[in-house]
Amino acid sequence: MSVIVILVFFSVLVAGGFLIAFLWAVRSGQYDDRYTPSVRILFDNEEDKKNEKI
Amino acid sequence: MQISEVVNLKEGTLCYHCGDLCTGGLGIHSGAKIFCCTGCKTVYEILHENNMCRYYDIDAAPGISQKKLDSALISRYSYLDDPNIIRQLINFTDGNISICNFVIPQVHCLSCIWLLEKLHKLNKGIIHSEINFLQKNLSVKFKPSEINLRQIVELLASIGYEPHINLNDIENKVKFHSNKSLYYKIGIAGFCFGNIMLLSFPEYLAPIGSLEESFKQIFGLLNLLLGAPVLFYSASDYFKSAWRGIKQRNINIDFPIVLGLVALFARSLYEIITNTGVGFIDSMTGLIFFLLLGKLFQSKTYDALNFERNYKSYFPVSVTVKKQNIETSIPVTNLKNGDRILIRNNELIPADAILYNGNANIDYSFVTGESIPVQKVAGEIIYAGGRQCGSAIELEVMRTVSQSYLTQLWNKDAFIKKDEDKFNSIVNIVGKYFTVVILLVAVAAFFYWYPTSIRIAINAFTAVLIIACPCGIALTSPFALGNAVRILGRNKFYTKNSSVIERLSKIDTIVFDKTGTITQTGEASITFNGSIFNNYELKLVKSLVRNSTHPLSSRIYDAIDSKELFEVESFKELSGKGIEAVIDGIQIRLGSALFAADNNKILLNSGRKSSKPDTRIFLSINGSIKGFFAVNNIYRIGLEEITASLKDKYDLMVLSGDNEGERENLEKYFTSSSKIFFNQTPNDKLEYVKSLQQSGNKVLMIGDGLNDAGALKQSDVGIAISEDITNFSPACDAILDAKEFGNLNKIIGFTKTTKKIIILSFIISIMYNIFGVTLAFESEISPMVAAILMPASSITVVLFTILSTNFMARRRGL
Repeated sequence: MSVIVILVFFSVLVAGGFLIAFLWAVRSGQYDDRYTPSVRILFDNEEDKKNEKI
Repeated sequence: MQISEVVNLKEGTLCYHCGDLCTGGLGIHSGAKIFCCTGCKTVYEILHENNMCRYYDIDAAPGISQKKLDSALISRYSYLDDPNIIRQLINFTDGNISICNFVIPQVHCLSCIWLLEKLHKLNKGIIHSEINFLQKNLSVKFKPSEINLRQIVELLASIGYEPHINLNDIENKVKFHSNKSLYYKIGIAGFCFGNIMLLSFPEYLAPIGSLEESFKQIFGLLNLLLGAPVLFYSASDYFKSAWRGIKQRNINIDFPIVLGLVALFARSLYEIITNTGVGFIDSMTGLIFFLLLGKLFQSKTYDALNFERNYKSYFPVSVTVKKQNIETSIPVTNLKNGDRILIRNNELIPADAILYNGNANIDYSFVTGESIPVQKVAGEIIYAGGRQCGSAIELEVMRTVSQSYLTQLWNKDAFIKKDEDKFNSIVNIVGKYFTVVILLVAVAAFFYWYPTSIRIAINAFTAVLIIACPCGIALTSPFALGNAVRILGRNKFYTKNSSVIERLSKIDTIVFDKTGTITQTGEASITFNGSIFNNYELKLVKSLVRNSTHPLSSRIYDAIDSKELFEVESFKELSGKGIEAVIDGIQIRLGSALFAADNNKILLNSGRKSSKPDTRIFLSINGSIKGFFAVNNIYRIGLEEITASLKDKYDLMVLSGDNEGERENLEKYFTSSSKIFFNQTPNDKLEYVKSLQQSGNKVLMIGDGLNDAGALKQSDVGIAISEDITNFSPACDAILDAKEFGNLNKIIGFTKTTKKIIILSFIISIMYNIFGVTLAFESEISPMVAAILMPASSITVVLFTILSTNFMARRRGL
């Protein structure tokens, strides 16, 4: 039965990894602006189309 | 920029850049693209040259109208060359790379984001630019060796995104507020809560006694380990708040919460260590997790809006000082009495001063909301806060910036006191009684069981504290108020924080400012008084005023309905006097009585009713006066319904800085019982609100200009009416978009409903508590019951408040 204890230990460890990832994300400012990045990702990277002629 | 040849416009053509109607029939175009003004065209051409026309593909007509800007005024950024100011504005520099943040109020759409993040394409000196859309904040990383701060600001201004730089920013750097620590706390609470639930599940599901003892102990210890950081870190704000309450001899709602949490943890600690039970760590962490979520929900703020503005946010950073014919630019805070300052067209007067020379035409719309300029002659005092319209003027400073007539208001007590501390919210009032009752019940339970066994007595005591933990009550306010803030935000009523909603529900007196608040800014009805006026003459007048940029001219232009226009010859605009021209062979003049009459006798005393003041513009054709145009205030749409529906329930009052001219009109809207005061100075307004409060009234002040700032601050709730939400509003508790003014009564009504909903859900959650406490009193509380009862009450309360506030908002048409 002690195998369950080991499993519990590992599950907490894995979950802890995600917690650290979350804290790191907050710390690096990912939650400071919750709107602009969602827009930024939609802009095309391609070099701009040729301007229409004047 | 030369003006392009006139092209034929179809009716209702919209500007390619900003989407405004191209009026006046004067087509300004670049290729097939039509613009409303040369400013818009210039911006388009800059973007076109740089291959950045995708700007126009993302959103249609995304630009900012350039009509009101005077592009000749680039020199006004010269203060940005001052090393002192540069040092204060720049956030970071290591010599090679600098970072600077700007607030750009014009940011409004996806195209704005796209363009402002491509600044590096417009200038090689800019390395990177990033925008925070919600805070309208642009961070620019640049090489100071290639581009300086002034050039960046000029670049931004040239594409229509002029940063908002003012005294306040320079004194305290642009702050970024984020609630990182709340995220940390929620993250940790959520993590621990989830894991503890997993570990507690065997206990819930296994038939009693079937779980192996060793597991129980290991899981129990793990729970304790996971629960401790939640209690000591995530819930730390509740401990601090409860302690602060006790120190101020004021028991708030956080006190019984803390009591419950401590009881939960202490009893769990005891049970797990002595191996007599599994404890209630699961309930404790769940409770803290939900409480923190409520806090996050309530913390909705309008980042882009500023509720703390004082005069410093309006005033320019620098001013041109003239000394022995040499013009230098100095920070306004360094102005001294006797300095000679130069104020150009559209610049703000930063300190009380005497007009030395030039034609002053001062627009006090910042201060009073009144946008029709006032004329001043040399030797007159001009108060700070006015904006010069017309040619440059020279002034001699009388008082320094902070001692000026207007700015002195900010030295009053109302601006020193810290607000909100004193406010006793309904939750805290309930919390106080709740705590007393709970402590009494717990002690009673203790003594009831004491004769039987001390162990059972302690169990019953802690069980009461645990089960009575007012989680439902504590969650009610955050969710009800947080949701109300969102609903009102959708109706363009933006509150500083959620306590404003509660305070608004308590008011019994409403004080209105007149100009700009209940009258419409920038719009007024034009009436013509005088001798016969035919269509032909109307056309003449319209052709004349088309050439002038004076605000009154454009009003007359809009008021006359005529499509054809004449060619205008020898047009002259005499600042402060009027305009004249020869049209169709006829000499026509428009302006002050003296100017129009050309020093002939003034014939116009006949049409004059008493001394009713309004703004008059006299018209003369071929030297004889035909009459005058009068500008009257227009009241906001919906004012009648608002006053009609509010006057039964509230005392309505009007405080106006203007003269009595509008008394008759105002009395139509307000009942005879409501008080209307005229000629109120900013300080009078503040003192009046204060006197109302001293006689026990809860006052709502509704204003718009800087002259209302004192009254807004002093009042229990101050609402600023704003035509442009992101730009101009004095410090206040809430900002209402002027277009939604007609909703005011609904908004106040809705805050009252919200309060009722809060009270109702208090009752629901107290019923849960009574049920739980009855069980606990008999000491029969199992972890399972606690784990079900506490979330159940929380979820009921949250669902009830959110659904009912949404429902009531819809019923009120919000």
